[in-house]
Amino acid sequence: MAVTSEVAKPRAGIATRSAFDVARVREDFPILKEKVHGKPLVYFDNAATAQKPRQVLEAEQNFYLRLCSNVHRGVHWLSERATQAYEDTRVKAQRFLNASESREIIFVRGATEAINLVAGTYGRKNVQVGDEIVISAMEHHSNIVPWQMLCEEKGARLRVAPINDRGELILEEFEKLLGPRTRLVAVTHVSNVLGTINPVQEIIAMAHRQGIPVLLDGAQGAVHLKVDVRELDCDFYTFSGHKLFGPTGIGVLYGKARLLEAMPPYHGGGDMISSVSFEKTLYNVIPYKFEAGTPNIAGTLGLGAAIDYLGGLGQENLLRYEEELLAYTTEALAGIPELRIIGTARQKAPVISFVLNGLHPHDVGTVLDQEGIAVRTGHHCAQPLMDRFGVPATTRASLAFYNTLEEVDRLIKGLHKVREILG
Amino acid sequence: MSDLHALYQEVILDHSKRPHNFRPMADPSRTAQGYNPLCGDKVTLFVRLDGDRVADVSFQGSGCAISTASASLLTETVKGKTLAEVESIFAGFHDLVTGKAPRDGQGPALGKLAVFSGVSEFPVRVKCATLVWHTLRNALRGGEEVATTE
Ligand SMILES: Cc1ncc(COP(=O)(O)O)c(C=O)c1O
Repeated sequence: MAVTSEVAKPRAGIATRSAFDVARVREDFPILKEKVHGKPLVYFDNAATAQKPRQVLEAEQNFYLRLCSNVHRGVHWLSERATQAYEDTRVKAQRFLNASESREIIFVRGATEAINLVAGTYGRKNVQVGDEIVISAMEHHSNIVPWQMLCEEKGARLRVAPINDRGELILEEFEKLLGPRTRLVAVTHVSNVLGTINPVQEIIAMAHRQGIPVLLDGAQGAVHLKVDVRELDCDFYTFSGHKLFGPTGIGVLYGKARLLEAMPPYHGGGDMISSVSFEKTLYNVIPYKFEAGTPNIAGTLGLGAAIDYLGGLGQENLLRYEEELLAYTTEALAGIPELRIIGTARQKAPVISFVLNGLHPHDVGTVLDQEGIAVRTGHHCAQPLMDRFGVPATTRASLAFYNTLEEVDRLIKGLHKVREILG
Repeated sequence: MSDLHALYQEVILDHSKRPHNFRPMADPSRTAQGYNPLCGDKVTLFVRLDGDRVADVSFQGSGCAISTASASLLTETVKGKTLAEVESIFAGFHDLVTGKAPRDGQGPALGKLAVFSGVSEFPVRVKCATLVWHTLRNALRGGEEVATTE
């Protein structure tokens, strides 16, 4: 692993190389002080959902305490303030992704809903019998099943680009799948199981050479990478607020304005219309066309607070520290006998899956839990990927910038205990 | 004994590493499949009946230590039992792992199954222990549906 060799073996308790004060940052996350089975919580399940800083909790509460009212519906003071705060968050999300315009930002429940939205509108309109959608072998179920449903409905075909044993997309094979029948490429930016960072720049270039739009599932990517949708030139990008240290039930779909405008609406209802009569309804402009009904206002404001919070810490600092965590963890895990890391891509985020020879991840997870360590065990909503590596499940430690090298040491100690108890 | 050592007793670890009756069956009267979507445990159970008695029972599949040991010990326990006896053993086993029975395994005679008493301290693992039992009941009812823990 390229990164590992460069690291000067940081030791627990010793200041890390990057100028990042993790102890101070941890103060912002009240839950990190919790004890589990009498031991300080070690939270290594960040890829499932991340913890929330106080600032996010306060933003949500502030809405209910001081601003609560509906958006886009009132002339009264509260509604105006709430609408303003809601729309300000759209601009924050626009800047976070570096989109050209705020109307390219659609608020959704999360990555899952965003992908279903694109499949149900863009997909249903543009995919016909015999057409093809290309995904990769490392997709989350939420970037597989909506396309399968669409293909089934339309008589289209789902093509799956293979990966190598390191868990990297095989670009030549991917390119061979593209053709005149390909209507869309939908791939993950970062794998939630392997940690692989996909070469999305190349993927997009290859697809665009043939005029094929690309959707990036950024549920993990937006957390671990700096995203610039204009530089990437992706056509759709999506992420979930709750994995980005924001609340559950809120996420973002970015789409190029030109594409969004040509797409039919998703859900029907209030806010997504400009006029309604029983004979004919005119739809609202983007983004409102895709935001039917009262949205998750508190969640949206919480997401805005999360984006502000990350901006305040400086994403470059966070990402540098994450690299250090990844290198340290990877090296430490190598010292555990009979442990195999699943996913050894050269470009990788701190999402580390592994198997311990002969031991089932579920048992590993139970022993670690008794040590206060939260990891994910199972198929991680990526069953086809488990089949690819010939394992029924893995144990996954996914790290965030509030994790410490000491916590990694506790994981290693926990794994020794696993071997002792399960032998 | 710590909770963990109570959960992963020697007998359980032995059965999980070297399960008994872990084989397909050529001429089963009944088969059924069980699946635990949470952890991916899969089990296929084969039963040969002689009247209302379980003449032979075996299993295949992959799972965690608790589910594999539970399947292994199930096959040992129910072989030779009548369907009514199987039902009553299951009821006792269910009470044991859900903490409704005394932890010392007193109460209905569960024999070796008493080693699963530690499961009751780990509510999320109860399904691992009971999956194969639900699968067995499906098989005995002659149902086609896959038993799941959901
Ligand atoms: C890569 C990836 N895509 C999509 C999702 C789905 O996200 P959500 O459940 O927030 O909609 C996840 C979350 O597990 C993920 O990791």
